[in-house]
Amino acid sequence: MIRSLASRAAALPLSGRIGLALVLFWLVIAVFGPLIAPYPVGRFVDEEVFSPATSQFWLGSDYLGRDVLSRLIWGARYTVLLALGAAVLAVFTGTSIALFAAIRGGVVDEVISRTMDTLISIPSKIFSLVLVAAFGSSLSLLMLIAAFTYIPGNYRIARALAVNLVGMDFVSVARARGEGAIHIAWREVLPNMIHPLMADMGLRFVFIVLLLSGLSFLGLGVQPPHADLGSLVRENISGLPQGASAILSPAIAIATLTVGANLFIDALKGKGDS
Amino acid sequence: MAVQGENRPAWIGLTRVVIQRVLSALLTLFLVSIVIFIAASLLPGDAAQEVLGQSATPQQVAALRHEMGLDQPAITRYVDWLVAMLSGDPGRSYIADMEVSDLIGERLRNSLTLAGVTALVSSVLALTIGIVSAINRGSKLDRTLNVVTLSLVAVPEFLIATIFVLIFSVKLVWLPSIAMVSPDASWGDMLRSMALPVLCLTFVVTAQMARLTRAAVADQLDRPYVEMARLKGVPFRRIILFHVLPNAAGPVLNAMALSLSYLMGGAIIIETIFSFPGLASLMVNAVTSRDMPLLQSCAMIFCTAYLVLILIADVVAILANPRLRS
Repeated sequence: MIRSLASRAAALPLSGRIGLALVLFWLVIAVFGPLIAPYPVGRFVDEEVFSPATSQFWLGSDYLGRDVLSRLIWGARYTVLLALGAAVLAVFTGTSIALFAAIRGGVVDEVISRTMDTLISIPSKIFSLVLVAAFGSSLSLLMLIAAFTYIPGNYRIARALAVNLVGMDFVSVARARGEGAIHIAWREVLPNMIHPLMADMGLRFVFIVLLLSGLSFLGLGVQPPHADLGSLVRENISGLPQGASAILSPAIAIATLTVGANLFIDALKGKGDS
Repeated sequence: MAVQGENRPAWIGLTRVVIQRVLSALLTLFLVSIVIFIAASLLPGDAAQEVLGQSATPQQVAALRHEMGLDQPAITRYVDWLVAMLSGDPGRSYIADMEVSDLIGERLRNSLTLAGVTALVSSVLALTIGIVSAINRGSKLDRTLNVVTLSLVAVPEFLIATIFVLIFSVKLVWLPSIAMVSPDASWGDMLRSMALPVLCLTFVVTAQMARLTRAAVADQLDRPYVEMARLKGVPFRRIILFHVLPNAAGPVLNAMALSLSYLMGGAIIIETIFSFPGLASLMVNAVTSRDMPLLQSCAMIFCTAYLVLILIADVVAILANPRLRS
């Protein structure tokens, strides 16, 4: 299993392998971050603020003299885990509704699809801003809002895939056998659309990372004392004129995560086409 | 002439399809307004309580609730709001205590200028990049451009903005990092202060647009008529200029309209970073202060602009592809 995954990874183009490496790197940081971080996340360790990188503080210190590397590792944990949770939730919910609509068909399908078409016509950042204004932005709410914002997009793709499959002979055979809707959705349709769905989940993950860090950057996302990578950029914005590492490193960290994921997904897709 | 006789019914069919699309967009806009209204009314607690604060007496809250119309049922409030919006009076801001239309007016104009200049610059850039990489498909240049645009699509806007501020405002001191736009500024001043926001937004939009343009042109290159022209011995440059580009115009315009919708998301971050007095930064302020009437109006303007772009893309696609007309 592991060997076949490794050989598949080796078959990717260079950009895809770089992307995969970046994604794996950030996943490891997110999971094992607390063990790696050299200093406690909130401790003031440096007399100077916005000091440059030294052997003691690899990425310098922030606007209060805290260690940037430690804060970055913790911030990555929030960014990656929140976005991962939201992406899984969005794809799970969107695909479940899509399977339901595709198998039921008729008026049910029509009403659900029209609703989703309406929701998809609201730009995602605008929609999430309205939701944040209405509900606030605790960590769990942020995850729900991000998931909810991207359900319609996943629904559209999952429904298109499912409608194609539902029209195929093996589904008709299963229906004739007298199988229930859940069996058809779970055993007949879902396994045949799992690969494009996974690619879509990866894309949703990229969108959600960008959305959440954008919200945090505006001060509307993750609230202190918690801080994700977007919050780190925001709180150190006064270091911009000096080009402080405290503002550049979290911004670059987000970019390496999203660009990496994007390159990896694109490489997978390219392989699927040929 | 015979040609005209044949053209007329097709022309009528086309108009019918376009009208259908416009009506469908209007229906969507109506449904969107319901969603925005519901989402904004879900505020836990009460807007009147929110405005008056914790120390208000129940009588004060009740009086303000009545004044704001919050004691009416939701449907009545929705209809009132919709009618007021349509007649150009979206209500009063809770926080600024000003008419929402006064708050929005000038900022909408600023945002439209920003969007217009960005659209102009990025379409020229994206067309060039898209066509060049489609013509050189599979070459090193194409693969490099693919990785570059693919990466740029995923880079957060604030990283692009940060890097540009560092280069142009801090190191080179060429451009201001704060975009002050006053009504009496000269055109030169205005352009100078808008340069950095436009540059950042251009990066965000161009990457997406170039990718879609490349796909549209590459799709045309695969058509049999290109092969036919090649076999006839038509020079490649001629094939591109006189055969491929006219045919790709529809899909390319469609791609451009679609990618301009990325402006909305980008503008929210970029306007805030540069303190640009536009609609997106106004909306962010409305979220921070939970100013619902202002927020609803801003959201509706963005949704309308988005739907108009999608509609344009849709109609262009219909005009370009006769098979979509029926």
